Amino acid sequence: MDTPVRSKDADGREILDSVVIRFAGDSGDGMQLAGMQFTQTTAVAGNDLATFPDFPAEIRAPAGTTFGVSGFQIHFASHDVLTPGDEPDVLVAMNPAALKVNLRDVPSGGLIILNTGAFTPQNLKKAGYEKNPLEDGTLDPYRKLEIDVSKLVVAAVEPFGLGTKEALRAKNVWTLGLLYWLFGRDRTPTIEWLKKKFAKRPDIAEANIAALNAGHVYGETAELPTGVAAYKIPKADLPRGHYRNITGNEALAWGLATAGRLAELPVFYGSYPITPASSVLHSLAGLKHYGVTTFQAEDEIAAICSAIGASYAGIIGATATSGPGMALKGEAMGLAIMTELPLVIFDVQRAGPSTGMPTKTEQSDLFQAVWGRNGDAPLVVLAPATPGECFYMAIEAVRLAIKYMTPVIVLSDGYIANGAEPWAIPSFADLPKIPVAFRTDPAGFHPYVRDPETLARNWAKPGTPGLEHRIGGIEKNFASGHISYDPENHQKMTKTRADKVLGVAKDLPLQKVEIGNERGKMVVVGWGSTYGSIHQAVRRARKDGLDVSHVHVRHLWPLPSNLADLLGGFERVLVPELNNGQLVRLLRAEYLIPADPMDKISGMPFRVAELEQEIRVKLAAPLVRNNRLS
Amino acid sequence: MDTPNKPLTQKDFVSDQEVRWCPGCGDYAILAAIQHTLPKLGVTREKTVFVSGIGCSSRFPYYMSTYGFHTIHGRAPAIATGVKLANPELDVWMVTGDGDGLSIGGNHFLHVLRRNVDLQILMFNNRIYGLTKGQYSPTSLVGLKTPSTPLGSLDMPINPCLLALGANGRFVARGIDTSTSTLGDLFVAAHGHRGSSFIEILQNCPVFNDGAWDNVTMRDIASENQLWVEHGKPLLFGKDKRKGLRLAPGGSHVEVVTLGEGGVTEADVAVHDQTNRTLAFLLAQLALPDFPMAFGVLYCDPVPSYDSAVTAQNATAVEKSGAGDIDRLLRGGHTWRVE
Ligand SMILES: Cc1ncc(C[n+]2csc(CCOP(=O)(O)OP(=O)(O)O)c2C)c(N)n1
Repeated sequence: MDTPVRSKDADGREILDSVVIRFAGDSGDGMQLAGMQFTQTTAVAGNDLATFPDFPAEIRAPAGTTFGVSGFQIHFASHDVLTPGDEPDVLVAMNPAALKVNLRDVPSGGLIILNTGAFTPQNLKKAGYEKNPLEDGTLDPYRKLEIDVSKLVVAAVEPFGLGTKEALRAKNVWTLGLLYWLFGRDRTPTIEWLKKKFAKRPDIAEANIAALNAGHVYGETAELPTGVAAYKIPKADLPRGHYRNITGNEALAWGLATAGRLAELPVFYGSYPITPASSVLHSLAGLKHYGVTTFQAEDEIAAICSAIGASYAGIIGATATSGPGMALKGEAMGLAIMTELPLVIFDVQRAGPSTGMPTKTEQSDLFQAVWGRNGDAPLVVLAPATPGECFYMAIEAVRLAIKYMTPVIVLSDGYIANGAEPWAIPSFADLPKIPVAFRTDPAGFHPYVRDPETLARNWAKPGTPGLEHRIGGIEKNFASGHISYDPENHQKMTKTRADKVLGVAKDLPLQKVEIGNERGKMVVVGWGSTYGSIHQAVRRARKDGLDVSHVHVRHLWPLPSNLADLLGGFERVLVPELNNGQLVRLLRAEYLIPADPMDKISGMPFRVAELEQEIRVKLAAPLVRNNRLS
Repeated sequence: MDTPNKPLTQKDFVSDQEVRWCPGCGDYAILAAIQHTLPKLGVTREKTVFVSGIGCSSRFPYYMSTYGFHTIHGRAPAIATGVKLANPELDVWMVTGDGDGLSIGGNHFLHVLRRNVDLQILMFNNRIYGLTKGQYSPTSLVGLKTPSTPLGSLDMPINPCLLALGANGRFVARGIDTSTSTLGDLFVAAHGHRGSSFIEILQNCPVFNDGAWDNVTMRDIASENQLWVEHGKPLLFGKDKRKGLRLAPGGSHVEVVTLGEGGVTEADVAVHDQTNRTLAFLLAQLALPDFPMAFGVLYCDPVPSYDSAVTAQNATAVEKSGAGDIDRLLRGGHTWRVE
């Protein structure tokens, strides 16, 4: 509750602007589920929101251990919400391990809801506590709600005759009921959801509903400790429209299916499972009736190659993966670049080289996307800033891929992929169609005849009489398209491929300033999922009168044509990234500007406070140019 | 453009590109056999696609006046799969070498066969890496001296037909580059089979591994060392077809018998059944010097192809849910209005 309590409403609830809640428990405790349900009802209640699920890589880590802790954070407010929040105002800790892992993030005075029933000597030991934190004063700086949820839930579901183990599964739902009461949420959507989810086990559905109600009643009737009240967060002033929650991966999948319809072409999606990209495959696999064929390949190389084969055959070929899978796809991207075929590649970035940290977020595939192939191998790179933007970026990727006959990479990341936000649903009729022109005329045909405007070669699909031709990864003659080892021709073709991709810049919106002046003391340049935190930090700094602007780059290659001029108007350029300095190096290399890096490589998103702090420090420091990056 | 009433000839499948294989390369004969066979299959040029990987053999598509895609090393099966799934109407041929298909592409080879994508897969097996100048390949015999194995190779070789059967390939055949007419027959059979049709073609590389197959292909010893199988016909070979294969009791192995010796008659000789998987394994394994090498269609037992199953599943989804409506998709589930 990062803003002070304003007032009380008629029924005695305290009115708050904004709340951050973190649900934390064992992997098996159903925290993601509780978080998702809370998100849905919060959206329906009219708040703006952002979420951040944070789960371990282990599927079922040993129960009660710190590495098995799963978390879900939601930030909701009566104003627009840009991030899932720096620190939780409310921590729900289902066991000692969850408390241990998350307590350090809770500010003093924060509210902690504890399931005391799980604080057994055995669980305390598993979490690495030598003394019980409920008793040794560890929790003194916080407000507490200590409840033996385990006991209460067993009592609540007793009439349904479930075993203790099954009864205890409803702990998350009981806790949800309590939170619904605390924050004035309607239980109906969750009750309906439970009925649907357990349609085949009505007893379980009823038990869960009983648990939900019991948690709610507990809130209503229990004597809450001092400092804990019931709250109300008024509706946010969102633009009119029809809304839903959407995650980044869902948006990528739906965007791709929509692009197929806009281009009036089937979509082929070849992919190999990898966290955090897999759910794009799961979503698309359910959309076969939308003209989407999905193919789970034997590896990433086969995945991208099958997509290239589909594009060659005249439909939209797409693939998705995460970092290590991108590395494997590199050679095939080169083939698509040489054969100038449309291809869409989603890279849902994860942290670190090699396997890295699969469930943690990072922005460290930028170099790989822009430069990471053999030969001079240019392609288009886009980066959505929010989950909802993923939808439009997928469509944009298909449009550019077809128009320019080029592979396009969309750089998402684990944070956008799993994070959700309320999204104003567009109407299909309002989305611009994607024009497709297959070559059919044999007169004057060769496969590398180019459109003089876009430099795109013509797309001649097999099955078209008279256009039989051969393509491949070997260099080809500019005029005839036949194999060529001629030195000047290779120079010309390399330049042509580069110019074609650079020419895409003419097709892109000019870079605008998100907030702030067009010139001044400092600009903070971000890309991808750090949008919300950067924006909020710049907003706060500007509220204090600091001269700082926010520029967010969504087209990373080619860069927007006015970006150099725009950045040139600022004394300082600060580039915060969740990597060891990639965009900052790209900007320096392209524009010869002394941009400063700000890196965070912890697998976690930026907190607004740390960005704001850096802005203040950098603005206060004398302008000395150190041209070396750390 | 091909007019339907004018039948195509061999010449119609010859592209305008100069063929650049070494003089004497076995690939020429295979190319000629394909160009000779395609007109007989009643196919059109525009619906025919050749997809290849990388290697000398993979230059093949350039020489065909059909659609062609010369891709990357080992990955032709994956690309061909994408082509076929995107447009099942296309007649897709895949050309690969023993290095391309079994080394770097071993994984994809395995999967395209077990999926049973409707393709004709031609593997030119010269037991050597041609394009990279003569290193040993996964089919090279132990002891082969090459630039990368100056003291002789130590790796055990792969038997491509055996591997194809092991991968659940439903059509497995073996031919010889210079045996043009039999090669043509194999192409016809492979083309008629819906699903992955695999043909291993023994191919001579005169520059880096000349004569690697001489002990089976040389004319004077051919009849002794080649067993040509035909469905429903006895497994006979040798001069005047005096020798045959007899299935040992229990069917666990075969033995060579000579007709007229020790009371052996043709009735003792096993009859080829191309749907018998066990027999196919036995035949694929036959190797000199104790046995002749088996050629022809060793195995053919069709099941529905992968692409037809994919098409059917997509169609069922449309039947069940109607052609998807984007507005419905985006508005499905939990939504709310802000007024
Ligand atoms: C990724 C990759 N690795 C290595 C090569 C080099 N390379 C080209 S062809 C080849 C072997 C080809 O041997 P084979 O498949 O037997 O075909 P042949 O040339 O004998 O017809 C190799 C290793 C390559 N082109 N790409």
